[in-house]
Amino acid sequence: MNKVVQNAEEAIIGIRSGMTLMLGGFGLCGIPENTIGALVASGVKDLTCISNNAGVDDFGIGLLLKGKQVKKMISSYVGENAEFERQLLSGELEVELLPQGTLAERCRAAGAGIPAFFTPAGYGTEVAYGKEVRIFDGKNYILEHAFKSDYAIVKAWKGDTDGNLIFKATARNFNPLMAMAGKVTIAEVEELVQPGELDPNSIHTPSIFVNKIFQGVNYEKRIEQRTISA
Amino acid sequence: MLTKEQIAKRIAQELKDGYYVNLGIGIPTLVANYVPEGMDVTLQSENGLLGMGPFPTEEELDADLINAGKQTVTTLPGSVFFDSATSFAMIRSGRVDLTVLGAMEVNDKGDIANWKIPGKMVKGMGGAMDLVASAQNIIVAMQHTNRDGESKLLKELSLPVTGLGCVKKIVTNLCVMDVTASGFELKELAPGVSIEDVKAATEGKLIVNGKIPEIEV
Repeated sequence: MNKVVQNAEEAIIGIRSGMTLMLGGFGLCGIPENTIGALVASGVKDLTCISNNAGVDDFGIGLLLKGKQVKKMISSYVGENAEFERQLLSGELEVELLPQGTLAERCRAAGAGIPAFFTPAGYGTEVAYGKEVRIFDGKNYILEHAFKSDYAIVKAWKGDTDGNLIFKATARNFNPLMAMAGKVTIAEVEELVQPGELDPNSIHTPSIFVNKIFQGVNYEKRIEQRTISA
Repeated sequence: MLTKEQIAKRIAQELKDGYYVNLGIGIPTLVANYVPEGMDVTLQSENGLLGMGPFPTEEELDADLINAGKQTVTTLPGSVFFDSATSFAMIRSGRVDLTVLGAMEVNDKGDIANWKIPGKMVKGMGGAMDLVASAQNIIVAMQHTNRDGESKLLKELSLPVTGLGCVKKIVTNLCVMDVTASGFELKELAPGVSIEDVKAATEGKLIVNGKIPEIEV
């Protein structure tokens, strides 16, 4: 089975308006830059995007927001994006904010065949509205469900043509969780190699979870907070 | 009164050898600068790094290596990377010994608000709700009053809550307080600050028992 596609444009064939997408990354670290670019160019709209953050005004998911291609964001932190805030306050954009650990676990559960789980995060807060509460060992927990998504789009450091993935440093974040959770998973990698070239001991995402893979180009890897020690 | 650096320095006195510590954004981040010499403290950054090192030099700078505040950082010998679910597994299962957070408001029952101002500011909770729901040991670092001079130490929260009954200790520019079953118990005063000053700046229930020592920083 050939999972290799030539580029992001080919990878996103099948993504239609109204679909739910998971997008890996934490801030601008480890985001699928190429595929986001292709989605912007495709004009696909009314997307529901599950991603920890919403990019910045002119990069990452911020580019999809700018093109008004996003109907709903599901995130834990969206503080760096003025256009996001404008669309939110004007009611153009629907937003569901979740605790970061809950967001991660809802991805993990989706990829692990677990329909729901109990977590203490958010008990007694707005996050718990309408959710079942259960007490275990005297402590309150709320029921959270696995995400359902049409496509998961992740960015890895290295991948092989079978779809095995290795992530680098903190660019790993949500990527391996989302890779397991998509009905279809697209992986873009900095370096695409042949099977056997990656050490099986070092692979983070086994190939079985990946449906399409390509080597990305022109990674900008923009830094949000460039902090240097003297 | 304490500066932000002095607040961080005072909180650093709560560190113990072998602690795994999660530091929030703002004043809490500064605590890393005051880990006592020779003490083994490991910093956990919830985006997927245990063993966070200092900011990089120009040569070390790596866009793929950041902390939860999205600042570029470095690793140390023994550092490890992991995914976000593993990161919050550490947090929810109580492996993190100390969590230091900023806050917009805390009430005298130890409830904290730090993620949203309805109609004005919606940034999100990030990892704060997971941290406050599970951590055994939470210290809040903050200014005692807001920009308008109003108390941030309240009877009831006015902002949406992040977590209930979780704050154990608070270090502000004015004092150190423990959150007890009966309210905010004054433990130490900043140099030049009187008990009356703290009373005036604290809306929630304040308890003063005996002579209050001065903060040593």
